[in-house]
Amino acid sequence: MEPLLNIEDLSVDYTHGGMEIPAVRQVSLAVAARESVGIVGESGSGKTQVFMAAMGLLAANAAVRGRVRFEGGDILGVGAESLNRVRGSKLTMVFQDPMTSLTPHLTIGTQLAEVLVCHAGRSWREARNAARHMLDRVRVPEPERRMSQYPHELSGGLRQRVMIGMSLLCEPLLVIADEPTTALDVTVQAHIIDLLGTMRRELGMALVLISHDLGVVAGLTDRILVMYAGRIVESAGAAELFQQARHPYTAELLKCIPSLTGPRQQRMPTLLGQPPRPGDPDEGCAFAPRCARAAPRCRTVRPPLEDAGGSAHRVACHFPLPS
Amino acid sequence: MSALLGDAARRLRSNPAALCAMFFILGMVVLTLLGPWLNPNGSDSLDWLHVASRPALQSAHWFGTDRLGRDLFARTLEGTRVSLAVGLVASAVSLIVGIGYGAAAGYIGGRTDHAMMRIIEILSGLPLIFFVIFLTVIFGRNEYLLFLSIGAVGWLTMARIVRGQTLSIRHREFIEAAVASGAGTARIICRHVIPNVIGPVVVYATLTVPQIIMLESFLSFLGLGIQEPHASLGTLIAEGAGEMEAAPWMLLVPGGFLAVLLLSLNVFGDGLRDALDAEER
Repeated sequence: MEPLLNIEDLSVDYTHGGMEIPAVRQVSLAVAARESVGIVGESGSGKTQVFMAAMGLLAANAAVRGRVRFEGGDILGVGAESLNRVRGSKLTMVFQDPMTSLTPHLTIGTQLAEVLVCHAGRSWREARNAARHMLDRVRVPEPERRMSQYPHELSGGLRQRVMIGMSLLCEPLLVIADEPTTALDVTVQAHIIDLLGTMRRELGMALVLISHDLGVVAGLTDRILVMYAGRIVESAGAAELFQQARHPYTAELLKCIPSLTGPRQQRMPTLLGQPPRPGDPDEGCAFAPRCARAAPRCRTVRPPLEDAGGSAHRVACHFPLPS
Repeated sequence: MSALLGDAARRLRSNPAALCAMFFILGMVVLTLLGPWLNPNGSDSLDWLHVASRPALQSAHWFGTDRLGRDLFARTLEGTRVSLAVGLVASAVSLIVGIGYGAAAGYIGGRTDHAMMRIIEILSGLPLIFFVIFLTVIFGRNEYLLFLSIGAVGWLTMARIVRGQTLSIRHREFIEAAVASGAGTARIICRHVIPNVIGPVVVYATLTVPQIIMLESFLSFLGLGIQEPHASLGTLIAEGAGEMEAAPWMLLVPGGFLAVLLLSLNVFGDGLRDALDAEER
């Protein structure tokens, strides 16, 4: 059976000032129905671009190659009109910054209801009722009062709850959450992550959680993909990835998570060096210059993403860490 | 939106100059509408016994009469009404066309934007007077042509302003979020772009009303605008200018009305701008 979202060989290149800047290079991934997948990587690793491409949200100077199928139908390269039948209803997105993702001049109630009026063809009265019900479900206190408020009257955490509620209104099959907690403070982060988990259990939709924070992804996802310089470097079940990361990059990332237990370290461990810049030659393994295990072969031959034992554990490394 | 308007109204109320100007404008509108009932003299009836008489409150003609014995008060009120109507209608036309055109160009962007803006540049390159004379020659003298030609020029600047504002919010996240939730281009422009650019645009529109009144008066002064027996402030001023040595009131009365009207509109527009974008001060 075909997975819910199937991305094959997706590449995204930006043309800027006559130069080709690759953002995503031949990424293939699949998300099954009701599955929860985490995408981890540092800024510029292309993790957001993959899904922006799937939603048709890329800037005008982006060139996309490859194939994206959702529910068995192509959604890459089809016109905005057929894309609009899917996005916003079956395939929705929660953005990073709730402060700016709501239209400032419309009340919360109107914005929520409009989604239903647009996609489900409900009347405004029905849509407003459903919207109020949804606010209640995403634990927004006093939904009745919030309905008539404007976005600037709500706190960041509440706005993100509203955004999550909006993404769930049409009972989507897949929600893409793009760093949904990055703009919020830590205590609110935990609540939002909690909410996403609860809603997923209640509604049974699939979830893609994009984050640079392994800790955020850990509790919420079944499977984690690690991206580096536009490619997937490791993919494994969440628990397996934390217990035995095979790719040196993943292992370094895991070391960077501060621990609450154990002896206190003098300095927080960090990754040395910088990720490759857009103009750099694309040869061998992109992580090689920062890798302690790198051999001459790593700089010339690109390691393919291969099975590395375990349950669907895949890694792109010539010299993976022993399991 | 309502909270926004409430704040704006409060700020406007605390600005005495703008408030004063607003009452002046309202008073003038009421006067021009009620004028025919207050004044026994019609704007086109001739009083042969009082030709070119001086203004005098105890006579039947408060502001005097013109060369043909027509009551200047009645004619000035009619002229003000026509001028205000031209100003409001042409501003409304330029507002509607300009917002639609500018928002579409700014939002769609790319080649469409490029082509649309080149069209605006070509149109704004046409000299207005030449354009009006040209239309007059082809279609004959017609008041509607005046509306048309003024409107045809007025929306160009409006479209530029709307496009600029649209570009500034084009890549804001709420627009992207609207795209992601499957809203079509037309819906995004109408629901998410235009309401967010409307503030500065409305302010600019209040400032175009006096500009257009001025333009209309100027064209009428040159004899290209409103034609006898109808009057606008421009034609009255043109008539008065011919007699200004012998009968200065024929120039001063409509001239004074025009000056007060323009001043009030400008002061009110400024006040409105201050009230609507308070953060810019």
